[in-house]
Amino acid sequence: MMNGSEMRSPLGRAIGLGSAKEGVEHWWRQRMTAVALVPLVLWFVIALIAHLGVDQRAAVAWLGSPIPAILMILMIGVAFYHAALGIQVVVEDYVHREWCKLTLLIATRFACFFLGVVGIFAILRMAFLR
Amino acid sequence: MPPVARPLSPHLQIYKPQLTSTLSISHRATGIALSVGTLALVWWVLAAAIGPGAYAQAQAFLGSWLGILLLIGWAFSLFFHLCNGIRHLVWDTGHGLDLPSTYASGWTVVVGSVVLALVAIIAGLAQWSNG
Repeated sequence: MMNGSEMRSPLGRAIGLGSAKEGVEHWWRQRMTAVALVPLVLWFVIALIAHLGVDQRAAVAWLGSPIPAILMILMIGVAFYHAALGIQVVVEDYVHREWCKLTLLIATRFACFFLGVVGIFAILRMAFLR
Repeated sequence: MPPVARPLSPHLQIYKPQLTSTLSISHRATGIALSVGTLALVWWVLAAAIGPGAYAQAQAFLGSWLGILLLIGWAFSLFFHLCNGIRHLVWDTGHGLDLPSTYASGWTVVVGSVVLALVAIIAGLAQWSNG
């Protein structure tokens, strides 16, 4: 590691936010959601393959039962959070016209939250109204 | 930005494609592809919640040639992003950052993700034709 300790004030080092003023928060959230998604996605793929081709009744019985419903809600929520963070970085890196970048950042973030809520709503509906 | 008259460093097209850079941009590309793919996931769970008619429609699309093709693409994207994402998490701990290690882990990701995707696709097709 570089020794930059003499260049930073004790307060700056304690706050730890750096020149971007937001510290490692974005980076850390991206990693935490990534770690959470490893088991969630593996579970989902295996369970999905096991239920391929079932009819609607069986799909609701599966997705609406407690443990799959909890895991699905977690996976949908975390996946869209992870996607929102990742899309943000890609937009910030490749879109340089300011209004275009801002529009895309807002639109993609709204879309991620909207789709996440729709997905979680669908799972809750199957869990409670079947 | 103002026009730049000074010499610029050579950009991407000057370099021979390398495994490391190819996997790096593929990680972003598959991430975007998976983000779009979550549309299908949401459509599918919503259709299941709405009822048999909507579910049959979603199943019909996902079972069509286009649907199966998209699902196969999704499987390759998912397992690549998963394996390469784990590679990134290992790098984040400060390990495996030297050149030989990045190539070794890179090829491991390529082979591992293709094998995992093929296993998932074959298991899926087998399950599909049984059920």
